[in-house]
Amino acid sequence: MGNAFKEESTELAKKTAPADLMIVAKGLTKKYDDFTAVDGIDFQVKRGESFGLLGPNGAGKSTTMKMIGATSLRTGGELTILGKDPNKQGPEIRAHLGVVPQTDNHDNDLKAWENLYIYGRYFGLGRKFLKKKVEELLDFAQLQDKRDVKVDQLSGGMKRRLTIARGLVNEPEILMLDEPTTGLDPQARHILWDRLFRLKEEGVTLVITTHYMDEAEQLCDRLIVMDKGKIMAEGAPADLIKKYSSKEVLEVRFGSSKNAEAAEKLKHLGDRIETLPDRILFYAEDGEKVLKQIHKLGFEPATSLVRRSSLEDVFLRLTGRTLVE
Amino acid sequence: MSLINASIDSAIAIAERRSGKFGAEFYAGRTNAILERAFLAFKTSSWMIVLSGFVEPVFYLLSFGFGLGALIGGVTDGAGNSVSYAAYIAPALLATSAMNGAIYDSTWNVFFKMHFGKLYQTMLATSLGTLDVALGEIGWALLRGLAYAMGFMVIMAPLGLIPSWWGILAIPGAVLVAFGFASIGMGITSYLKNFQQMNWVNFFMLPMFLFSGTFYPLSIYPDWLRMIIEALPLWQAIQLERDLTLGTVGWSTLAHVAYFAVMIVGGLYFTTKRLSALFLR
Repeated sequence: MGNAFKEESTELAKKTAPADLMIVAKGLTKKYDDFTAVDGIDFQVKRGESFGLLGPNGAGKSTTMKMIGATSLRTGGELTILGKDPNKQGPEIRAHLGVVPQTDNHDNDLKAWENLYIYGRYFGLGRKFLKKKVEELLDFAQLQDKRDVKVDQLSGGMKRRLTIARGLVNEPEILMLDEPTTGLDPQARHILWDRLFRLKEEGVTLVITTHYMDEAEQLCDRLIVMDKGKIMAEGAPADLIKKYSSKEVLEVRFGSSKNAEAAEKLKHLGDRIETLPDRILFYAEDGEKVLKQIHKLGFEPATSLVRRSSLEDVFLRLTGRTLVE
Repeated sequence: MSLINASIDSAIAIAERRSGKFGAEFYAGRTNAILERAFLAFKTSSWMIVLSGFVEPVFYLLSFGFGLGALIGGVTDGAGNSVSYAAYIAPALLATSAMNGAIYDSTWNVFFKMHFGKLYQTMLATSLGTLDVALGEIGWALLRGLAYAMGFMVIMAPLGLIPSWWGILAIPGAVLVAFGFASIGMGITSYLKNFQQMNWVNFFMLPMFLFSGTFYPLSIYPDWLRMIIEALPLWQAIQLERDLTLGTVGWSTLAHVAYFAVMIVGGLYFTTKRLSALFLR
C-alpha cells in the first residue's frame, strides 16, 4: 500500500504544486462536531513569500495554521504542503516546517540552550550538527548570555525569541508564526520584526497570523482577511487598502452619547462613514478637507485625527466590525 | 552564516527515510530523542523523589517481612515448600514497587506534561510521531523501574530472600511488569481532566496492593473472589516475581509473562490512539 500511495501523492504533487508552490488549499474545511471553524477556503502560498492570515480572534486563523502544520486533520477539501498530504504524511511534512505557536510552550525543566538542542534531536538531527546550530540560533535570538538559564526565568520577549529560534532549528522551508508578537512590548516587537525580515531575506517562506494590522502591513507580501472561517478578501496590503478604503481617514470623537446623533447629520461628508461606539470615521481623499467642512457645519469634535487608511479599515469595511474588540 | 541550507542530514532527508513505510504516520523511529530529553530534565530533578521510590519497598520489607514475619514464621509456597515470611513477601513488594513506579510516572508525570507543560504538543509539532512519544515516555519509566528493581535485589540477595538462581530474572520481570502498567496508565491518564480524577487511580491501586496475595496466599478467599483477584494485573505480577525468586518456575510462569505481553501491546495501541486523538485531531 505504501508504494501505491507514494506514487499517487507524487501525481497529486505534479498536478497541484509546481516547484514554487509551497502550500495549496482548495475548499479547506475544519468542522468540530457542529461548529465549522474553517469554512471552505482557497489559497496558495509561493516559495519565499510572506503570507498573512489577518482576522479577529475566532476567525479560524489558528485552526488553518494547525492544519498546515499537520497537527490538526482537515475534515473537508484539499490541502497539500510541498505536494504532500498532511492528513497522511504528518511527520514528513512537519520536517519541512518551523512552528511558532501562539503561546510559548518551552520545556520548563530545561535550560535555554537545551530547549533548542533537544528540539533539534526530535527531528533526528545529529549532535555535532546541533552543537553548531544551537550557537547560531542563540546569536540570532540574542540570547547568548541567557543560554544556561532555565526557560521559566526568561522575560516574555526572550521566550518569544527562543520560540522563533527553536522553530528554525531544522532549517525549515516554511516558518509558521501564530500571533508572533501578541503580548510583547513595542521594543520587543520591533526586535522580532527585524529578525523576521532577516529570515525573509534568506528566502524562508513565512506564514503569519495576526490581528495587528500594522504587523500585517509590515511583514506580509500578501494576505487573506478571514472572518468566521471564511476569506473576505485577498491581496497585497497596499492593494487591499486601495480597493476597499480611501486614501485617508478622519477620526472624530464627540463623546460617546453624541456620536450617533452627529453622524446622522454629517453622513453626506467624505466617500463613506463608519460610526463606532467611541468615534466616527470619515473615509476621504483628503481628511483635513472633511474636518473643515465639519467645522463649517457648526460641529466641534472633542478630538480629531487624520491618518492614512490601514488594513483595520479594510476589515471594518468588509465585516462591519473592528479587528481588536 | 546561513540559516537555511540543504545538507544530506537535513530534517527533511531524515524524515523521508521512513516515507511510505508501515506506520510512518505515527512512528518516526526516534524514541531515543524522548529518552534524551528525559535524561536532560532528570539531571536537575529532585533526588529525594528518586530515592523515595527505592526506599518504600525496603521499608515495607523491614516492617512486614522481619517485624511481622517474626510472629508468623514460615509460609508454604505453591510447590509445597516452606519459606520464610520475608522471602514470601519480598517478590510481591518488588512487583508492587514496579507497578507503583510505572503508574506514578505514567499518571502524575504524564498528566502534568499533557495539561501544564504542553510538552507533547511541542514534541508533536516536530517530525516525531505519537508512538515515538508514547514509547519514549514509557521507556524512561522503565529505566527508572530497572534501577529500583536492581537496588531492591541488591538488598534482598544478601538477606537470603532469593533462594533460587531464577531470581536474577526477577529484574527483567519487574521491567516487564512496569511496561505493562505504564502502557495502560498513559492511555488512562489521557482521559483524566483534573487532579480529583487522578485520585481515582489510587482508589484502585491501594486495595489491589493489599488484597492481591501480597501478604498471604489467595487460598483463604472463596473461589469467586480468588478468580477475580487472579485476573488482576498485580496478582499476575506478584506470581511472576514469586515464581522467579523462589524458583518455582513452570508453565504458569510463562502464562504470567504472556499476560503482560498482551497488556503491553494493547496498552501501547490504546495510548498511541489516545495521543493522536488529543493532539492530532
